[in-house]
Amino acid sequence: MTTTQVIRLTRNRLDRIATVVRRIIGVPDYDRYVAHARRCHPDQPVLSRDEFTRQRMVERYSKPGARCC
Amino acid sequence: MSKLTRFGIWVVIAVLAAAAFAKIALDHGESINAAWLLTAAVCSYAIAYRFYSKMIAAKVFALDASRATPAVRLDDGRDFVPTNKWIVFGHHFAAIAGPGPLVGPTLAAQFGYLPGIIWIVVGVALGGAVQDFVILASSVRRNGKSLGQMAREEVGPVAGITALVAVLGIMIVLLAVLALVVVNALKSSPWGTVTIALTIPIAMLLGIYLRWIRPGRVLEASAIGIALLIFALYAGQWAAAQPTLAAAFTLSGTTLAITIMIYAFAASVLPVWLLLAPRDYLSAFVKIAVVLALAAGILIALPPLHMPALTQFTDGSGPVFAGKVFPFAFITIACGAISGFHALVSSGTTPKMLERETDARMIGYGSMLMESFVAVMALIAACALTPGVYFAINAPASAIGTTAASAAQAVRQWGFTLDPTQMQQLAQEVGEKTLLSRTGGAPSLALGMAQLFSSAFSGSAALAIWYHFAIMFEALFILTTLDAGTRVGRFMLQDLGRHVWEPFGRVSWYPAVVLSSALIVAMWGHFLYQGVIDPLGGINSLWPLFGISNQLLAAVALCVGTTVFIKMGKARYAYVTLLPLAWLTIVTMSAGWEKMFSPEAKLGFIAHAHVVEGQLAAGALPAAIKSVADARRLIFNDYLDAAVTAFFMVSVVVILADSIREWTSVLRGRKPAVSTEAPFEVVPVPGD
Repeated sequence: MTTTQVIRLTRNRLDRIATVVRRIIGVPDYDRYVAHARRCHPDQPVLSRDEFTRQRMVERYSKPGARCC
Repeated sequence: MSKLTRFGIWVVIAVLAAAAFAKIALDHGESINAAWLLTAAVCSYAIAYRFYSKMIAAKVFALDASRATPAVRLDDGRDFVPTNKWIVFGHHFAAIAGPGPLVGPTLAAQFGYLPGIIWIVVGVALGGAVQDFVILASSVRRNGKSLGQMAREEVGPVAGITALVAVLGIMIVLLAVLALVVVNALKSSPWGTVTIALTIPIAMLLGIYLRWIRPGRVLEASAIGIALLIFALYAGQWAAAQPTLAAAFTLSGTTLAITIMIYAFAASVLPVWLLLAPRDYLSAFVKIAVVLALAAGILIALPPLHMPALTQFTDGSGPVFAGKVFPFAFITIACGAISGFHALVSSGTTPKMLERETDARMIGYGSMLMESFVAVMALIAACALTPGVYFAINAPASAIGTTAASAAQAVRQWGFTLDPTQMQQLAQEVGEKTLLSRTGGAPSLALGMAQLFSSAFSGSAALAIWYHFAIMFEALFILTTLDAGTRVGRFMLQDLGRHVWEPFGRVSWYPAVVLSSALIVAMWGHFLYQGVIDPLGGINSLWPLFGISNQLLAAVALCVGTTVFIKMGKARYAYVTLLPLAWLTIVTMSAGWEKMFSPEAKLGFIAHAHVVEGQLAAGALPAAIKSVADARRLIFNDYLDAAVTAFFMVSVVVILADSIREWTSVLRGRKPAVSTEAPFEVVPVPGD
């Protein structure tokens, strides 16, 4: 394996770990939303990253059930 | 592995669990090693998970991996997102774990470690984990419906409305008691106050970073945030060493209480991206890191427990909080054994993320076992302190006086030893002026953890940093719950108030937002303020109220669960939820009754009011109360606490009666057993 391959592999792995960590701490997953919107609702406009994130956060802090004591 | 080997392994685990419990219960030596508690807990969890949760999954729900979950059927890229089970597990655990399982066992350590360890382990296996799992599975089968919706649809409208109002009531008591824990931890502690105060601008900085500088780079921002938190820790130490700064940040309980109320109000009306969300990310990291560090610290240090198995305070004379071991140990330790609040999480975001139905077992039952393990670790940290030090920190000034000498005297009378100079020295070593009467559980947990960490990782020189690190993360958790809870409470209040006055319910109308936020802060703020000025220490009245309310919510959840079982035609398995339900009903009712009607002034709210009334009539004032007006407020608060207790007890009765009515009419055939489950759909095969 060449050095570039090793670097690419490590980067891939780190990216994957980062995705897992982001989802565990509850960061809204914009990429997944875009993929979903393109696939299932191609006729409707897609929210921007900023709009999407804001909407998800407002939702998260508006009802009990996102956290506990 | 052959069947015989597997059978052999489980026999060994069972024998280990039994042996560890026997050692814990019967050993009357000087001290017992924490390893016994860990062994008893872990082996019991393994057995409960392998056999009991599997039985519930297979026999009761018949969870089926080929049945499409709401996340799969309703995938919308937002709420409903099929997610890998390990990620959901982490997410769910981070959502249910908080300060609750840390504080409760610390307070209950006044009875010794035996009641705590038994209740945490048995309670979780047969109660808490069952509740979380049953509600999660029920919600998954109902398109991710919330607990309130399920209570209304499964049991009836009366139970539904009672549950809704009860949740708001619990929220208020929870926020008040958690805020009180922070106030008591930061009182007269410039180091702690500066560190915690700095976490607010740090969170806002991250909010701005995520919004404008590097949008969406959460991990990067969190790394910066964690570095800044460590900086804040040292900044606090530096500030506490500067006479003028130290004086400016040495705050009284009342000042801190008002500051926290203003903070929570601001957090509730400010946009979420600025404060709440970045703070939440940081808190989630710190939470998981601390749980891992605590486990590592305990495993490396394996400390001996200096607290006896049972103290004489099981008779109800304890200084930390009043009341006998039954029912108060079971009220004090809620989170960690069984916590009704989890039912909200299990019917909130989690059920909408499950990729497969069968994952509900690991996520519902498994995460709760993890939380229970956190509670065991908190119990170990508290019991590893010498009893003298533990009681000097956790007993209010009304019990031990205000000097190290008077504390040593009081502790000696209880049959433990405390060297006054050693107590002073300990306070100095952790960078505090005093450790006496630092009630609420956080300081003694922080000290326990600091001793564990320094013996496992560093050396006693770093004791002060570890202590303030522990205080910082506890306060960080609590403030995160406080600000998000105030905001959620505001929405709930607006939702209820909508029926009275429509404009009040408009969530984006500024006057309604400000008014409802102010109302919710005023509600929990009142209880907080009352706790701060309470001569008995506040925790004494508020923590049991919180425990009762939390267990009430658990009773609601178990009623819903039982109804679900019966309507599924699985009435013969109803014992799974009826057993913990019966226990919780006995516990909450007897604890509630004692808190209201006990003739002892220390325990019963009404009796305490009568004593103060008597003193006023005789022209005297109770100890530590300065004016007649204050004494009258004390009396009012006693009656208010009694009324709140009565409200929770009546709620239990109403929900139970409504549920039993529903059960009998279904079982007797008066009402058809109609399932409200979403119809079965097979998981689509990829490529179809």
